[in-house]
Amino acid sequence: MMSVTQENGGSRSEARLLSAILIVAICLTLAPVVRLFVEGVTDQGSPSLALMRDVLAQPSTMSALKHSLVTAGFGTLVSLVFGAAFAFLVALTDLRAKAALVFCLMIPMMIPPQITALSWTQIMGPSSVLLKTLGIAPPLGAPQPLYSPQGIIFLLGIQHMSIIFLTLRAGLRSIPQDVVEAARISGAKGLRTWWQVVMPLTLPSLAAGTAITFVTALGNFGIPAMLGIPAGYVTLPTLVYQKLAGMGTTVLAEISVLAMLIGAVAVAGILLQRLCQSRQKLHLVGSTSRPLALPLGAARLPVEILLWAAVFVILVLPMFGLLATSLVPAYGVTLRFDTVTLASWHEVLFRQPVTSRAFANSFGLAAGASAALVMICLPLAWLMERRKTRLARIFDSLLDLPYALPGVVLSIAMILLLIKLPFTEATLYGTIWIIFLAYLARFFAVMFRPVQASLKQFDPAMDEAAQSVGASLYRRLRDVIFPLSAPAAAAGAILVFLTAFNELTVSALLWSSGTETLGVVIFNLDDSGETGMASALAMTIVFVVVVLMALIQLFSRRFPKGVVPWQT
Amino acid sequence: MADIDLSSVGKTFAGTPALKDITTRFDDGEFIALLGPSGCGKTTLLRILAGFEAPSSGSLRVGTREMANAQTGANLPPEERNIGFVFQSYALWPHMSVRRNVSYPLEIRRLCKSEIAKHADAALASTGLEKYANRMPSELSGGQRQRVALARCLVSDPCAVLLDEPLANLDVALRATMQGVFTDFHKRTGATMVYVTHDQAEAMAMADRIAVMDQGRIQQFDTPQTLYERPKNRFVAEFVGRGTVVPVQELKKAGDARQARILGTEVAVQSARQEAQVSHVCLRPENISITETGDLRSKVARVTYMGGKYLLETVTDCGARLFAETRARFEVGTQLGLTITTPWAFSED
Repeated sequence: MMSVTQENGGSRSEARLLSAILIVAICLTLAPVVRLFVEGVTDQGSPSLALMRDVLAQPSTMSALKHSLVTAGFGTLVSLVFGAAFAFLVALTDLRAKAALVFCLMIPMMIPPQITALSWTQIMGPSSVLLKTLGIAPPLGAPQPLYSPQGIIFLLGIQHMSIIFLTLRAGLRSIPQDVVEAARISGAKGLRTWWQVVMPLTLPSLAAGTAITFVTALGNFGIPAMLGIPAGYVTLPTLVYQKLAGMGTTVLAEISVLAMLIGAVAVAGILLQRLCQSRQKLHLVGSTSRPLALPLGAARLPVEILLWAAVFVILVLPMFGLLATSLVPAYGVTLRFDTVTLASWHEVLFRQPVTSRAFANSFGLAAGASAALVMICLPLAWLMERRKTRLARIFDSLLDLPYALPGVVLSIAMILLLIKLPFTEATLYGTIWIIFLAYLARFFAVMFRPVQASLKQFDPAMDEAAQSVGASLYRRLRDVIFPLSAPAAAAGAILVFLTAFNELTVSALLWSSGTETLGVVIFNLDDSGETGMASALAMTIVFVVVVLMALIQLFSRRFPKGVVPWQT
Repeated sequence: MADIDLSSVGKTFAGTPALKDITTRFDDGEFIALLGPSGCGKTTLLRILAGFEAPSSGSLRVGTREMANAQTGANLPPEERNIGFVFQSYALWPHMSVRRNVSYPLEIRRLCKSEIAKHADAALASTGLEKYANRMPSELSGGQRQRVALARCLVSDPCAVLLDEPLANLDVALRATMQGVFTDFHKRTGATMVYVTHDQAEAMAMADRIAVMDQGRIQQFDTPQTLYERPKNRFVAEFVGRGTVVPVQELKKAGDARQARILGTEVAVQSARQEAQVSHVCLRPENISITETGDLRSKVARVTYMGGKYLLETVTDCGARLFAETRARFEVGTQLGLTITTPWAFSED
């Protein structure tokens, strides 16, 4: 009877505050999506599907859709193979140094895709400084193998393998050991237990992970932009980017249809993921006190060597490529003791005004978004937990949308919403505020979910005790709720900062001169052939990412369960 | 300090009634226990008193103040009721020291620092916690945490103290000690206390009056002794103490004395004076004795050693299960003669 808290007594101030914050949150997260939808199905104010028909009939649309589906589909397959293999090995066996392995496998997801693409191009192809230094570069004139659909597929696979790894590992860890023990006592051996007991139980989480990986790969802009544009291989996100960059907002209506097309495919993927997740809940019965740990025996050391070698290739090798490129005076020069120079680093970090501006912009946006989201999400998550009104429940099921939807979709939606503010002639398009608001919408779920997870474990009696001794809503928020959910809020804030600091997709479509972000600057430096400087900047960002992740890892014991995304 | 008046209070959760038409009065300074099986509505009633839930119907008054009235929609929020609440989970704030936990209610009342310190010290002393004032709640044992919770709710001098199964998380030995703490506390402060529990021994040991609840209603509201000896209906008879309810086959009246036929034998029964017709009797171990000449034949089905005595579960020839206590040991399967003496009779439809 304690769980039923709707229509409870409480105080009216709670209901009022909940409505107020909920309205702000809905305006932030859901209004852009609705605005985009309206744009797609109307023509100059009246309902019409004519524009949609026209855009869908263009051959470029269809070819981009095909390319998107092909790269995202096969990329997901690559992620599935790598991620599942890692997850099964790490979650089910008695490997050593699992925490370190998990941490390393999480890094690819946190490194921005444009840096992944940049770093891999530095260890392949004829102009790779690293290969030249080692004397194994292909001859000049040979094609860069990554500038191809296969290259995009491979890197999308690497980039998103962590998602499969995480969801599957969480699913595997929720299987109680006694399920497997029961199978063994009934006479099932080795692979048979795995195939007939473990696999069926993990299938829903594997399917959910696959669906969300597909959606993420579909929305990826950095990798197809860096690899596909040079090869003339256009996906839907890059098509939107090219149209907006080439023709500006005059073709906004047409671009909206493209964005809706990506959105529609993504929503299908999200629905599939939800379906799989709801099926998974049925399986989660029984105690999960002791997770599985199958002994590998003599195979343990070889498997460990193999796994760490894979981590080396995926993680360390590309970084060597970046480092080598950033240390030579000009692109194409071999790296020797007499050619080593820090000129690129110096130039990009201290001389270029655009990079220092971008640092300031990205830092300000990321810090501002973290702070604003803490202020909104903490009281909102708590009030939604206390008063499960119908509106709150609906919002709860939809608030992931701006994060799950491809960044291109959200950016176009934001432009539509803010290009002409209602009742005024003012516009936010071209200012830093549109990027800021887009970040708030996009990273809302990144902040909200950890805070919500921690508040779900929060004993409601803590708050009721304060209420019964006379503390007002404001006092309870200040003295009880905030202090107790501060660790989760801090973790959420660091995650938002981390993701926003590196963000490219949203800002690539929303930036203008003066409001560049770091992601945009790396993209533009590489685009204009300044690979050395791009590499130096990319290395700096990777360094910041790893330091911030290590910071979260360091404090992870203090966070409630479910707050740190890679610790499930 | 004040009386608590409930008038036809009801509560529905999503269409399911949890409380039905509760009208009762808790007197100033009384120790009341709300006793019942889980899901009977006792916690809901307590949360309505505290203000965490609003009643769906009826009204609630504490002293002269109307706290809630479903008709006008008025519901004073908990923070304005000045009612103390002790939670099953203690609900100590883990980020505050023991002293801060206890003094927090006074901080809210904006007392000056020296006043806060004085009252907090007194509350800590009265619960024997002076030594632990600077510890964090995580460094305390279960019993100590419960004392902090108690100190926290008394420091602000509430007009009533509500306790929601406060001993459910403690081990058996500690429960007995804490029962003593609660009883002493009640004697010393004279506060009105409402105590929710599903453990009848706990309720019997502490309460002045017990409200036995089932299916959202108060089935009987009486002193522990009356509840045990004179249950009003089948539910109370079976829930409180050990007892078997059997139907009355025939009733003969001779002046004040009543004679009933139970399980085929004639016995004298007691019943409430106003009860014109009785339909059932409650047979407790005290009503049953084992005699050579006993004309109720039955067979021992189970023997439980209770320390110093045995509890026998016997089955009569007509299939009724009766409990008897003996000092002598009987083997399972032994045939016995039982005699029933003056059981309590009530009417039940």
